[in-house]
Amino acid sequence: MAGAAGPGSGPGSAGRDADDSLYPIAVLIDELRNEDVQLRLNSIKKLSTIALALGVERTRMELLPFLTDTIYDEDEVLLALAEQLGDFTGLVGGPDFAHCLLPPLESLATVEETVVRDKAVESLRQISQEHTPVALEAHFVPLVKRLASGDWFTSRTSACGLFSVCYPRASNVVKAEIRQHFRSLCSDDTPMVRRAAASKLGEFAKVLELDSVKIEIVPLFINLASDEQDSVRLLAVEACVSIAQLLSQDDLEVLVMPTLRHAAEDKSWRVRYMVADKFSELQKAVGPKITLNDLIPAFQNLLKDCEAEVRAAAVHKVKELCENLPIEGRETIIMNRILPYIKELVSDTNQHVKIALASVIMGLCTILGKENTIEHLLPLFLAQLKDECPEVRLNIISNLDCVNEVIGIRQLSQSLLPAIVELAEDAKWRVRLAIIEYMPLLAGQLGMEFFDEKLNSLCMAWLVDHVYAIREAATNNLMKLVQKFGTEWAQTTIVPKVLVMANDPNYLHRMTTLFCINALSEACGQEITAKQMLPIVLKMAGDQVANVRFNVAKSLQKIGPLLDTDALQGKVKPVLQKLGQDEDMDVKYFAQEAISVVAQRLRKLDFPVKDSEEHRAPGPDKNHFLRPGMLGEDTGKFLSLMSRQHKETERLAWLLRGQ
Amino acid sequence: MAGAGGGGCPAGSNDFQWCFSQVKGAVDEDVAEADIISTVEFNYSGDLLATGDKGGRVVIFQREQESKSRPHSRGEYNVYSTFQSHEPEFDYLKSLEIEEKINKIRWLPQQNAAHFLLSTNDKTIKLWKISERDKRAEGYNLKDEDGRLRDPFRITALRVPILKPMDLMVEASPRRIFANAHTYHINSISVNSDHETYLSADDLRINLWHLEITDRSFNIVDIKPANMEELTEVITAAEFHPHQCNVFVYSSSKGTIRLCDMRSSALCDRHSKFFEEPEDPSSRSFFSEIISSISDVKFSHSGRYMMTRDYLSVKVWDLNMESRPVETHQVHEYLRSKLCSLYENDCIFDKFECCWNGSDSAIMTGSYNNFFRMFDRNTRRDVTLEASRENSKPRASLKPRKVCTGGKRKKDEISVDSLDFNKKILHTAWHPMENIIAVAATNNLYIFQDKIN
Repeated sequence: MAGAAGPGSGPGSAGRDADDSLYPIAVLIDELRNEDVQLRLNSIKKLSTIALALGVERTRMELLPFLTDTIYDEDEVLLALAEQLGDFTGLVGGPDFAHCLLPPLESLATVEETVVRDKAVESLRQISQEHTPVALEAHFVPLVKRLASGDWFTSRTSACGLFSVCYPRASNVVKAEIRQHFRSLCSDDTPMVRRAAASKLGEFAKVLELDSVKIEIVPLFINLASDEQDSVRLLAVEACVSIAQLLSQDDLEVLVMPTLRHAAEDKSWRVRYMVADKFSELQKAVGPKITLNDLIPAFQNLLKDCEAEVRAAAVHKVKELCENLPIEGRETIIMNRILPYIKELVSDTNQHVKIALASVIMGLCTILGKENTIEHLLPLFLAQLKDECPEVRLNIISNLDCVNEVIGIRQLSQSLLPAIVELAEDAKWRVRLAIIEYMPLLAGQLGMEFFDEKLNSLCMAWLVDHVYAIREAATNNLMKLVQKFGTEWAQTTIVPKVLVMANDPNYLHRMTTLFCINALSEACGQEITAKQMLPIVLKMAGDQVANVRFNVAKSLQKIGPLLDTDALQGKVKPVLQKLGQDEDMDVKYFAQEAISVVAQRLRKLDFPVKDSEEHRAPGPDKNHFLRPGMLGEDTGKFLSLMSRQHKETERLAWLLRGQ
Repeated sequence: MAGAGGGGCPAGSNDFQWCFSQVKGAVDEDVAEADIISTVEFNYSGDLLATGDKGGRVVIFQREQESKSRPHSRGEYNVYSTFQSHEPEFDYLKSLEIEEKINKIRWLPQQNAAHFLLSTNDKTIKLWKISERDKRAEGYNLKDEDGRLRDPFRITALRVPILKPMDLMVEASPRRIFANAHTYHINSISVNSDHETYLSADDLRINLWHLEITDRSFNIVDIKPANMEELTEVITAAEFHPHQCNVFVYSSSKGTIRLCDMRSSALCDRHSKFFEEPEDPSSRSFFSEIISSISDVKFSHSGRYMMTRDYLSVKVWDLNMESRPVETHQVHEYLRSKLCSLYENDCIFDKFECCWNGSDSAIMTGSYNNFFRMFDRNTRRDVTLEASRENSKPRASLKPRKVCTGGKRKKDEISVDSLDFNKKILHTAWHPMENIIAVAATNNLYIFQDKIN
């Protein structure tokens, strides 16, 4: 073993023990070429194990050359390989040999699959840090140059990501060369390369000397920002953020702002979209003065852009923009220069814009304060609550907490209610689902009285919705409401209504009763569970529908922990035993599962007294669920079958081991 | 005109004639439906030539390097790779069979040593990678060279595989499958000059895809009316501008072309240019609308012009002039009197394609009777050539053919009535730089090139 890990592991040096330790490694090496991708992938992921066994020298001399040429493989294998090589420095002999990793990563950096290339570049960046300054210039920089002047654009795009890591540690002569290479990539023939260069421009600018930024980067930036392809221009907007951070206000005004102003009015909507999308970053980068003079007017234009995508992107930034304005004078700026545009957008023709607006507009409350909110924002909220598009209303309702903090929700309640009722009855079940999620929040904000009066009936109606997901959400909702309003409220308002459904002619509704009990029992506490819920559950054990009966078993198992010994022994156990003899396989199964849980519970309750019985207890239980034939009989009946069989076999294995 | 002076030379000079180079495909008279070539396309360098057929296969030919020993066989094209791109499918939801026929092939600009192409049938677009492998790893730990397993307990040293050279192997592997985005039949795919997106057009919609994203596409044009009874036209072809990544055109069954600018809006339902030639009321007939339907649209390499093919003519439009084409070339005007019978045998719905030569100075398109036509845009000369096995001797010059258009039939002329309408040349391709053309005649692919004198 030790021999195998060291460099001296020849055939002779491995003793008899080595056979054992070499075998798994031998398998791993062979599986690097297995036909099954999954096995190849496994082997690649254990590459460090292989390298460790081979030792640093053989890893460098044999493994890496082999890997360098394995670029024919599937993407996922190449991706794993690129990732592994990033952490390989130790396995090839430390920083002095880090350059040995460059050839395989270089070939990975030229594959067509972007994810693989990006990972290879990431690993190269990582390894560059481990190079000594000498090795960096001797090995790494030549690699970057090779990639930058490669025939195919894949290698040139990869090169773009490597300049910034080698530049700071290079000598002045090499630095000039690196800048030269970057410059030529910025005016490459293929748009792919120009895009890669544009997206790394900001990163590269950060490691350059300020003079070089002004003299070299800014012209490149201006060129890219006026590229003939809009797909390149839009990436220049991103670079703008980084470059702006590096320059003084005066330089910014002269060198960057003309281009940025132009980008905000670009003929291509995609470029304007990018400006809108990066607005917060731009705002921070250029500082308050330019924001007021330049960005706010640009933002106004973006808010009334002719392309809906641009308007929506700008609208998303409204809140952040306002928050980031200098506190002094903020209110005036928003009131005079932003709000008028927002008012127009409330009745925008495009619903995506309105949906975007509804998701951020409430955030303005805290910024503008109580009076402005009531006077200016409230009418907008009310208008949006009446919007024809359900998502708009939903977004307003989901952000109500912001309003609540500032003016209290009561201000809104009159308009809120019709909106909520309408959403609650929306034809799309996803909309209904979404509004259910907000019920606990609304309940908390509106108070118990208001809730009982207006919303309680909705919550009950959802319990009998024809979509299961809604019924399920409705039961969870009840639990959260009980947590909020307390057991007393539950006992008077919720529980009776739920229990009445146990007699419903529709078995799905009867099951809902059981689901509600499952969800509510804990929140309602022992007393309600034992006195009100348990009798109903027990009564339902005689239901004619098997699905109801096995859900009874499940419910009993669920509420078992809340019951005392008497109830368990006297009421629950007999019922479960009866269900355990049911003619239906599934009822039997769940009954038996419940019996074992209840039995455990009973043992725990009786633990100090009947210590001796406890050891015997598993015996009968075991017999209950291990009747022969049990496994085979219930194939293919219910959805839960797969997981159940799994559990069963697990249990069997455990028992067999026990004997 | 054509034929005068020893054969037309539509490529712009009098110095050469077209001569036969190669023919691919079976010789039999019996043509298997699956073998019918449905698309032909050179790659950007012209070194590779791809064909697709009705059987869902793609065959790629590679140009051989010129050898000193055979100076005259300048770069013949030989089979490089063959693969099954599409299989017949059945859409169970709509009870529809989906044919495996390859409607279009488009090459991607080369990005590394491998080559990539998009192929599409009616519904599904696939991205294929064609790559070479010339090394093989050798040496296992657990088995000997002859494949016998070794005793695991006898392994005393680890062996790392070594790469050895081997015979060149060309592999075609499917890289991406772009499915489920088209309700109607895909008629065009076109790769954008930004190298990262492409469009696909069906009868009523055009979608924009990112080459790396298969689960999402953007609908950029939708001409489906709310009520399908109001439908008056369909999209017949679409193509991206060769340099401006934001511009694309699509043609319609009404003979019009719309140019859209993706910069102005995310949805391109509103065009920015509309190319339409005013109809000549004197020539109006029952067939006017059918024969004005555009079957193909192609931008010139320069990006300044585009060419459209309708049933009887090919037109060249200047992108700066929407009111009428700058050139109209008659392909087979003599068929105008036969439209009735062409309607009856459905030939009138044939979709002829057209292509430019490398310098945009000449255009080529197909006709019936295995004839194809070339038009020189500078000299205004045109020629009719025939793809046939009869004159398929190596480097034999192609004789210009003439169809008798009324009056007495001269020697060497063919009468309109004896044209074989089952032999149609729908798909042709011109090498991007040189005078080499590929002409698909049913199940045969002919390659012609200029004869250097």
